[in-house]
Amino acid sequence: MTDATTARNIPDRMNSRAVRIFKSWEALLLAVAITIFVVNSFASPYFLDAWNLSDATFNFTEKAMIAFAMALLIIAGEIDLSVASIIALASTAMGLAMQHGAGTPELVTIGLIVGLLCGAFNGFFVTVLGLPSIVVTIGTMSLFRGISYIILGDDSFRGYPSSFAWFGQGYIYWVFTVEMLFFVIIAVAYAVLLHKTNFGRAVYAIGNNPTGAMFSGIRVQRIKFILFLLTGLMSGIAAICLTSRLGSTRPSIASGMELEVVTMVVLGGVNILGGSGTIPGVVIAAFVMGLVTFGLGLLNVPGLVMSIFIGLLLIGVIALPRLWTMAAERRKE
Amino acid sequence: MTHSAAIAQDVTPVVSMDMITKTFPGVRALDQVKLDLYPGQVTALVGENGAGKSTTVKILTGIYRTNGGTIRIDGNPVTFASPNDAANAGITAIHQETVLFDELSVAENIYIGHAPRNSFGLIDTARMHSNAASLLAEIGAPFSSHTQLSDLGIANKHLVAIARALSVDARVVIMDEPTAALSHKEIEELYDLVDTLKAQGKAILFISHKFDEIFRIADRYTVFRDGGFVGDGLIADISENDLVTMMVGRSVEQIFPDRTHNVGDEVLKVVGYAHPTEFADISFTLKRGEILGFYGLVGAGRSEFMQALFGITKPSKGVCQMNGDLKIIRSPAQAVENGIVYVPEDRGKQGAIIGLPIFQNITLPSLGRTSKNGLLKLAEEFKLAREYSQRLDLRAASLDQDIGNLSGGNQQKVVIAKWLATQPQVIILDEPTKGIDIGSKAAVHDFMAELAAQGLSVIMISSEIPEIIGMSDRVIVMRDGLIAAELPREELTPETLVRHAAGISQPTEGAA
Repeated sequence: MTDATTARNIPDRMNSRAVRIFKSWEALLLAVAITIFVVNSFASPYFLDAWNLSDATFNFTEKAMIAFAMALLIIAGEIDLSVASIIALASTAMGLAMQHGAGTPELVTIGLIVGLLCGAFNGFFVTVLGLPSIVVTIGTMSLFRGISYIILGDDSFRGYPSSFAWFGQGYIYWVFTVEMLFFVIIAVAYAVLLHKTNFGRAVYAIGNNPTGAMFSGIRVQRIKFILFLLTGLMSGIAAICLTSRLGSTRPSIASGMELEVVTMVVLGGVNILGGSGTIPGVVIAAFVMGLVTFGLGLLNVPGLVMSIFIGLLLIGVIALPRLWTMAAERRKE
Repeated sequence: MTHSAAIAQDVTPVVSMDMITKTFPGVRALDQVKLDLYPGQVTALVGENGAGKSTTVKILTGIYRTNGGTIRIDGNPVTFASPNDAANAGITAIHQETVLFDELSVAENIYIGHAPRNSFGLIDTARMHSNAASLLAEIGAPFSSHTQLSDLGIANKHLVAIARALSVDARVVIMDEPTAALSHKEIEELYDLVDTLKAQGKAILFISHKFDEIFRIADRYTVFRDGGFVGDGLIADISENDLVTMMVGRSVEQIFPDRTHNVGDEVLKVVGYAHPTEFADISFTLKRGEILGFYGLVGAGRSEFMQALFGITKPSKGVCQMNGDLKIIRSPAQAVENGIVYVPEDRGKQGAIIGLPIFQNITLPSLGRTSKNGLLKLAEEFKLAREYSQRLDLRAASLDQDIGNLSGGNQQKVVIAKWLATQPQVIILDEPTKGIDIGSKAAVHDFMAELAAQGLSVIMISSEIPEIIGMSDRVIVMRDGLIAAELPREELTPETLVRHAAGISQPTEGAA
């Protein structure tokens, strides 16, 4: 193809928009989501019920809020494993404040501030001291939840104000929950941030080559710090929703959620080593995980078995394209 | 177009590549090329950047699979499904950036993957070290097999790589630009080693851009151009000029562009820059439209100083002024804001963002101009990327192609385009033509001259004397972190440069 080497006018794009979309990870994932939806509607007569489907969204809305921020963090080559513990700490702080007479506005403020502070704490150790985020956040995972255990022990906080219930139990219209509204707003916000802003472009650059990004004049540490703040903030919002939905705080709240969040992000096509991934991918992954959990729930499959399905789904969906290309290569020979 | 030289000897090649084709999406990297390697002989593979040399090496070492053609070993067709297959066939490569393990000992590096085992199936450490020691003695390496690799310099690391090649009983040794990072003395030692390998009957594929080197040690040559085979033959039968003509498809002399030397007002002034360990007392001025050369030996502190000026490392002392205003530069972002940009020597790690498309690489530091209120405007980005890729005569399939798929020379063009797009006042080029072919070199030189003529101030770090003399208006020679001399254009001779760089005093009357 000598014309490619002599031509002075280089085309902007190699493939048309339609080809790029068709070949994308998101397209494959969407096919998986539709398949699961169809299978579910045949497997159980209760699946195609507006109220049941509405309830099902609680399986993923809170996790997905964190997953969007986590996606950016992982694309930038970092990770935060303390998110579930931030929820515990933020929820405990809200519980304490509630006992001292705080109303709904104060509770929300406290939830958000604790989330931000925890994010800043993680960000400080990673970006200022230069420690690896996986180590720092494994540490703070124990630390944040440990504080909740010290404060609460075997107790729980109950008796949140009735107006506080709006976040986790309220409906906007018909079957549409407040959490769904949050989910949509946050998804759009993160999609714009990652795909349509200079900040998002810098996140990709950092994930592909942090040294090169720094040599290109990008303030790498500052951007990473902001990403930790955002992840903390999203954990704070998730803490508000979850506490409101449960109506109580125990130190074991959201236990193990960090791995479900990371699973959602990876299932959404984000490279765990950083550098690539999209928000639409994470949105579809959220639905896939929600539909699988809900469908299996309707079939009375116990929670432990469900986690096996989620695990197999993750490995399967990630291995599928790889197996596909390997088979295609073999056919060529 | 094929120059087939009469090959008198009836030796059969160890490796014979025939009609080999390799395609990547949108690019045909190799088109029906042939390459033969003979036992006990050095074959030089000659070609410009993008000619397909690296692709050939990757096919021979089993990293890439071919789309067509045959590879024969001793006349028998083979297919390499993995690097392991190539290694088992006795083919080993010493790469441009040698792949070794810093945290392991020399012996472990030599025997990684094929260490001698004891009767329990565990690594026989004693035997490994004694074998390694005899290999090291054979090639005259001045260090022990117990040394940790990170304690060795680049030249000694090369020796380890060569020892590793010998340890697998390789029949074919591929040397991809082995002298790029070596000093003069180390290069001579490498030549001796090549002779040793030849004497042992190994077939050697030697890739180099340096013609003196090729004519010094190669027995045969094979020339590729733009992924196609041009010709091959015996070095003894060809002149340097003819080889260059074959390579570029036209005759090219190493001439530097005529320059107007239109130097204007002072742009940059550096006063007393110092660093605790790397450099001290660096003061100089740079004028509009000037090309200021920085010459010195490897390790003289040139790159370290430039990186401090660009805000990557912190100087312990010193200030700089742009157009008379005092500037404090503590990060690359601040340097770029003040119109100073730096094209680093380490293109893969510091220059290109591999994984991002070409256009995003080009616009990365200019996003402030191509966006509105922090929101990207793709049309503006493509416009900017198109403009600068045309100015630099970039060769690529499309602007949304990953920069990692480009050849080294084209990656360098993208990195330079990236910085020019920021419309800087001062551009620092750190070894801008290192490891690129004569054709691209001339293009970079022409381009530098053009930039200077347009009023851009250029700082060029180079270790190549012809380049320094051919391009610079003025040269600063550094030695051991200090400025050893500042020489105007009229006083530039190879002898003066080398003398100042090496710290040799002026020749006395008796010695001359």
